[in-house]
Amino acid sequence: MNLETPKKFQGLVNQAHQVAENYFRPISRKYDKAEHAYPKELDLLAALLDGMNAGSPDAIGATSASKRGAAREQQEGVKNGGNMSALLGVMELCWGDVGLLLAMPRQGLGNAAIAAVANDEQLARFSGTWAAMAITEPGCGSDSAAIRTTAIKDGDYYVLNGEKIFVTSGERADSVVVWATLDKGLGRAAIKSFVVEHGTPGMSVTRLEKKLGIKASDTASISFSDCRVPAANLLGNPEIDVQKGFAGVMETFDNTRPLVAGMAVGVAKASLDRTRELLKKVCKLDYRKPLLSVSHAEATLYRLEAEWEAARLLTLKAAWMADNKLPNSKEASIAKAKAGRVANEVTLKCVELAGALGYGEDELLEKWARDSKILDIFEGTQQIQLLIVARRLLGKSSSELK
Amino acid sequence: MTADIQGRALAMLNRFAQADWPDRLKLRKPVEKLIYNGSRASFRAAAQRTGKAGSTPRPVAPDSLFDLSLSDEQQMLVEMLEAFASEILRPLAHDADAQAALPAALLNQAHELGLTHYAVSEAQGGMAGERTTLSNALIAEALGKGDLSLAAALLVPLSAANCIRRWGSAAQQALWLPAFVADEPAPVMAIAVNEPTPLFDPQKLQTRAHKRGKHYLLSGEKCLVLRGLDASQLIVAAQAADGPGLFVVEAGAKGLQRSPQPAMGLKAGSTARIRLNKVKVAQEARLSGEGFDYQSFVDHASLAWCALAIGTAQAALDYVIPYCNERVAFGEPISHRQGVAFMVADMAVEVDAMRVMVWRACARAEQGLSFQREAYLARLLCSEKAMKIGTDAVQLLGGHGFTKEHPVERWYRDLRALAVMAGGLQL
Repeated sequence: MNLETPKKFQGLVNQAHQVAENYFRPISRKYDKAEHAYPKELDLLAALLDGMNAGSPDAIGATSASKRGAAREQQEGVKNGGNMSALLGVMELCWGDVGLLLAMPRQGLGNAAIAAVANDEQLARFSGTWAAMAITEPGCGSDSAAIRTTAIKDGDYYVLNGEKIFVTSGERADSVVVWATLDKGLGRAAIKSFVVEHGTPGMSVTRLEKKLGIKASDTASISFSDCRVPAANLLGNPEIDVQKGFAGVMETFDNTRPLVAGMAVGVAKASLDRTRELLKKVCKLDYRKPLLSVSHAEATLYRLEAEWEAARLLTLKAAWMADNKLPNSKEASIAKAKAGRVANEVTLKCVELAGALGYGEDELLEKWARDSKILDIFEGTQQIQLLIVARRLLGKSSSELK
Repeated sequence: MTADIQGRALAMLNRFAQADWPDRLKLRKPVEKLIYNGSRASFRAAAQRTGKAGSTPRPVAPDSLFDLSLSDEQQMLVEMLEAFASEILRPLAHDADAQAALPAALLNQAHELGLTHYAVSEAQGGMAGERTTLSNALIAEALGKGDLSLAAALLVPLSAANCIRRWGSAAQQALWLPAFVADEPAPVMAIAVNEPTPLFDPQKLQTRAHKRGKHYLLSGEKCLVLRGLDASQLIVAAQAADGPGLFVVEAGAKGLQRSPQPAMGLKAGSTARIRLNKVKVAQEARLSGEGFDYQSFVDHASLAWCALAIGTAQAALDYVIPYCNERVAFGEPISHRQGVAFMVADMAVEVDAMRVMVWRACARAEQGLSFQREAYLARLLCSEKAMKIGTDAVQLLGGHGFTKEHPVERWYRDLRALAVMAGGLQL
């Protein structure tokens, strides 16, 4: 039993922290102000990251968090692999800036999906691409089985029609992984994902959202109108397997939810660190005095830190399970639920603790409190995570426990 | 391994072999396997100590990886004790609570389990290696699944042995520890830390130990002492001129007065109030191991309560799941309602949160890393979440939860203790 950061990832954690501190933080406010402007500084960083990943088995970023990666390792016994290293990297980078991490080229959820479900030919063909992920539609948010975008087979092509919203980096990326249904009548089993490259006729970006936070990361709406996509761009199995159903597309979430939880852990840590610094003259924080005998501010900091630590450990647990090929759907949702709500509470409370200083734009605390909200929403809202956990515990189907 | 230690292990096995309850619970095989493994492990450790280091290559540093898995031995220990908790403790819990007493038969069964072996070092005939904090936490967690107050009462001897092993000098260990692994039931040595004052701080003890020649005179008042009434000795925390200390005091000593102090819960632990009026204690009875660390003593106690609460919180979750699935309202099980289901999900999230916090603190403690921060935060989180789980469990059962027909009202009362108790137990 050991719940410390593995020694072999300490270097990676330090590197990521350096990037967060010296590369992200200095431009954090700049791109919070300049919504929709592409953070060009990220190109250099992305190239650096690609190089690091190519040279290291302990890669960081979206693509390293896949079961495929874990399966390649033949080492006996307990493993700390791609899921954990990706998570540790993400936590540090989001301590720097969540929006900038989300805007990183080639690190999107689309890349994670490709890494998780593409066949070898597709993996080779799409290597180096920057893929965004398009699931949500105007009429379907968390209920991704209700997708209305259609994909109709026509010779060597699928013809896509529909509208997608909330596509992170949807305009900046090279391509978009689009979820569409082959047959609306067959429900979840008929939902497949397609890699659609920008420039494909019939695909167009219709608007960019103005948001509460993570402004460095662009959020696009994309419409598909008789958009012809090569059949070879369908990720995974083209057959509609009613038995296996949704499992294929949902599988990605077991690996990506801990990453989003990790983002929450990272931004919450940023707020905690800064608030402790601002309050250090009035809060001793020696972990000794009973909670009821310290100042309310100090007790609040203790409580937030305990919640944060719990969220962090639950997230590491979910990633550890993925690395060791233990089924982790429930734990991934537990981590996401806990980290999402804790990060939101921590960042908001830290603004309050720092008072007018925290609410003003001189500090980044108010920004982190805006950034954190999305982390309890995307990749499955708090309520969706609780539903998943509850269904598992109670042995209920989605039609029984709605 | 000396013949003496092997002899004691055999004696323990023999005691267990003679009991018949393990067969009823199909526990005999797992326990035998456990004891075999335990003795094999200590044999190996002993062999390594006698042999020169370097004769066998050291395995890769076991702590270099993040690892949540239990060892085979810990896994077996948990399985065995969970069966004991559900088959023995749970059925006894209602009456033990109502009568505020530990059933005598249970004490024998607990003795046959030989739990105190996990608190006594190999040198004194036990099975506690260098790493025991987590195993002790797992013991508390597993027993806590049966019933919090029975589990707390059963853990008192193990806690006392942990105290003496960790904080006593070599001479004190040799004097007191063998009794905890002997054929006769382990002595009841209760740990008295809490004092009857609001906002009690274990760092600011009002109980004083004044040095008088080769003795200390202890004066003060202790409260909520688990098994304080049937204890033959007490380990009393008191403030001396050179800092807080732990004093082993005879329960019958002159100037020491005991009285029952029933509380909201922890009934089976028969909590007691203890008044000390210039109680004379020899200086040799002050625990004086080299690494004595009062803060660490306080933290090990916190973690023990947290571990118990994890077990009981898990029991509450396991109890409400079938209840909510079977209870029908408005034509379908109440578990089909999000208002109910989300409460259940939250219980699961927070039980898991409590567990990783406590496990991390324990793992750090047994690795020799600082764990004051981790224990403090674990205690904070567990106090809050365990009570929330306790109150939600009653809520989910509605009016039925409020009655003694179900154990949830008992857990509700017991879990309130978590934020209140200082000392009393020790991992």
